[in-house]
Amino acid sequence: MNSYQIQETPEVFDVVIVGSGAGGGMAAYQLSKAGAKVCLLEAGGYYDPADPKYITQLKNPWESPRRGASTTRPFGDFDAAWGGWQLEGEPYSAAPGTEFHWFRSRMLGGRTNHWGRISLRFGPDDFRRGSMTGIGDDWPITYDDVSPYYDKVDKLLGIFGSKEGLRNEPDGHFLPPPKPRLHELMLKKAGKNLGIPVIPSRLAILTKAINNERGQCFYCSQCGRACQVYADFSSSSCLCKPAVKTGNTRLINGAMVREVLTDQKTGLCTGVSYVDTATLQEKTVRAKIVVVAASACESARLLLNSKSARFPNGLANSSGVIGKYLNDSTGASRSAFVPALMNRKRYNEDGVGGMHVYTPWWLDNKKLDFPRGYHIEYGGGMGMPSYGFGMGIQGMNGKYAYGDGKTQPAGGYGSRLKEDVRRFYGAYVGMAGRGEPIPLESNYCEIDPNNVDKYGIPTLRFHYKWSENEVKQAKHMQDTFEEIIHEMGGIALGSKPGKEQNYGLEAPGKIIHEIGTVRMGSDPKKSALNSFMQGHDVKNLFVVDAAPFVTQGDKNVTWTILAMSMRTSDYIIDEVKKKNL
Amino acid sequence: MKRRDTLKSIALGSLGMATVPSTDLIAAPPEKPLVVPGGRQKSEAIRDAKLMADKFFTPQEMKTLTVLCDIILPADEKSGSASQAGVPAFIEFMVKDQPVHQIPLRGGLAWLDNESRKRFSKKFVELTKAQQIEIVDDIAYPEQAKPQFSQGVAFFNKMRDMTLTGFYTTRIGFNDLGYVGNTPNNWEGVPEEVLKQYGLSYE
Repeated sequence: MNSYQIQETPEVFDVVIVGSGAGGGMAAYQLSKAGAKVCLLEAGGYYDPADPKYITQLKNPWESPRRGASTTRPFGDFDAAWGGWQLEGEPYSAAPGTEFHWFRSRMLGGRTNHWGRISLRFGPDDFRRGSMTGIGDDWPITYDDVSPYYDKVDKLLGIFGSKEGLRNEPDGHFLPPPKPRLHELMLKKAGKNLGIPVIPSRLAILTKAINNERGQCFYCSQCGRACQVYADFSSSSCLCKPAVKTGNTRLINGAMVREVLTDQKTGLCTGVSYVDTATLQEKTVRAKIVVVAASACESARLLLNSKSARFPNGLANSSGVIGKYLNDSTGASRSAFVPALMNRKRYNEDGVGGMHVYTPWWLDNKKLDFPRGYHIEYGGGMGMPSYGFGMGIQGMNGKYAYGDGKTQPAGGYGSRLKEDVRRFYGAYVGMAGRGEPIPLESNYCEIDPNNVDKYGIPTLRFHYKWSENEVKQAKHMQDTFEEIIHEMGGIALGSKPGKEQNYGLEAPGKIIHEIGTVRMGSDPKKSALNSFMQGHDVKNLFVVDAAPFVTQGDKNVTWTILAMSMRTSDYIIDEVKKKNL
Repeated sequence: MKRRDTLKSIALGSLGMATVPSTDLIAAPPEKPLVVPGGRQKSEAIRDAKLMADKFFTPQEMKTLTVLCDIILPADEKSGSASQAGVPAFIEFMVKDQPVHQIPLRGGLAWLDNESRKRFSKKFVELTKAQQIEIVDDIAYPEQAKPQFSQGVAFFNKMRDMTLTGFYTTRIGFNDLGYVGNTPNNWEGVPEEVLKQYGLSYE
């Protein structure tokens, strides 16, 4: 047999889905439940946090020779994500003078295995910021179009939170939220005095069991390691596996998709071609419908690379918009020491993975010098020591008196250091703003004319610069952090980042909330997809990750990816029934 | 905690890390078949095995490192010493894992021996405890140290960082700290007496 021969699956699937993260997992689940024959392609390996082969949850730091340091995994040895800012043999670049950091997880479930589970619904305003403010664009749909799907996602996958009745932070179907930790009660009190709301967070974690397949949270605070009882949402555990269980989904791991294939006569997709990463064999999967959910940038890359005589700019790209309007959340942070929390009584306050309270956007941008809002996430508490614990103690231990009322010079050695670690333990808080950026046409990814990855697939080149809007927003975050820290009797650590550091605004991509690269819209000249995330140019092509999103609010988009993917899946089922597809 | 109980908790809690001499941890036979520990990818396991088989510090350097670690965190009535917690072996691993630490630590140890020879015509490990402390006191207090010791201060800061992290990421360290998490439980909020102490409530 000629080894160059492309292996083709004998059958024609109803749907082939590229990517098993939130969007692809939901599509596989929803479509296979409806009886469609689905082929689910994932570039990375199989993963199940309940299999001892993969478990990192509840491990102690000494089970890692580097004590959980981030040498090989960007978020440390115990983090569930396989991949990171750089993948071996799969480079990307940024144009001179611009910057973008691209985090990729190559595994079943993708980045949903380690994410913060922060699940915020968009509110009515988040779909029409353009017309509200005169800057940016509206979505082609409204909150009312998505709201029923948010409801379904809440019930299917589980989320905790509290009913607050805030107009642009719509309530969902919430499980009970965990009670605030000590520092969170202090934050809440400080917020109350300042008129800054501090309310229960909204995380996709089961504080109560919702079915027989998934367990209840046991409060180890380690959702980032993925849960062995599936008490947190990840696409692999909660969608992909159930989809496979229906008997209608065939999962293929190690499938790095090269191209979406099209029939040059009809202009329709016929399937995809992929590289089997284990054997480097070229393979194709034929399907009647192609659903792309490879993550915003990877989906744009795939469509741009799917060039043909009929689609010379890449697939579904007659508008030329694919790759443009790339945007990531803004992010800035500050931490503080709270003297009142020194010498704390010890108890287990691990809680759920992440914060128990947060601050939704509470101000009116009309009265501010920047056009979009942000929310604040909080950290702190008596967490588990890992690499980095205790470092820099010389910056603290000379400043505060010991039990005998005396101070000692900074630094030192001996039993005193142990006392220092004990007295400062759990006395720190951190806060991080996550804000809405203005998507710009000038921020984009494109196919690098000069480079390919190890599979021969052309790579991405990024062009991204923050605008004044995001910088001003970060300044406001820093001012707010200091207000809160001061109000709770804390001492801000380090120096406040100023203008020359963009007020601590993180580099583009660093928050890992990138969206916008395969825009949806009602005008085919300005968008690639219609309001059901269906190709304007190619009706049997759909994109169901965050690439189609016009904006991202200050709402970490996973829950919206799930709702929108479910909505598109229902539309596909409907259209097939009507014989439109 | 009574001394006897402390020792018991060290022996039980350290899972062998404390009692295994650091050099044994480093010298894994190279022909050992690769075991991929749970939660690691194969490429990570291969890299870790290679790092463990390699050796960076000389036996002489390890001796100095160990003395210094135990000056930084000695055994006391509350908990064991840095070397009992396996800190020297941890530092040996870290310099191979993150080579950026290699020159500052190797060079710092050389700086220390040179300073010892200048003052006492002996290497650091051969000095009396009082002589060792005399040098350490010159480099352990960053805000008071004389400018001519700035490199020594930087080295000692790094040693203090590595020793504290290495110590508190062991069972001995957990016990010293009073960390009681990382176990399944039911979070029911801040204990009543703590709420009272801080004048807070759940309404």
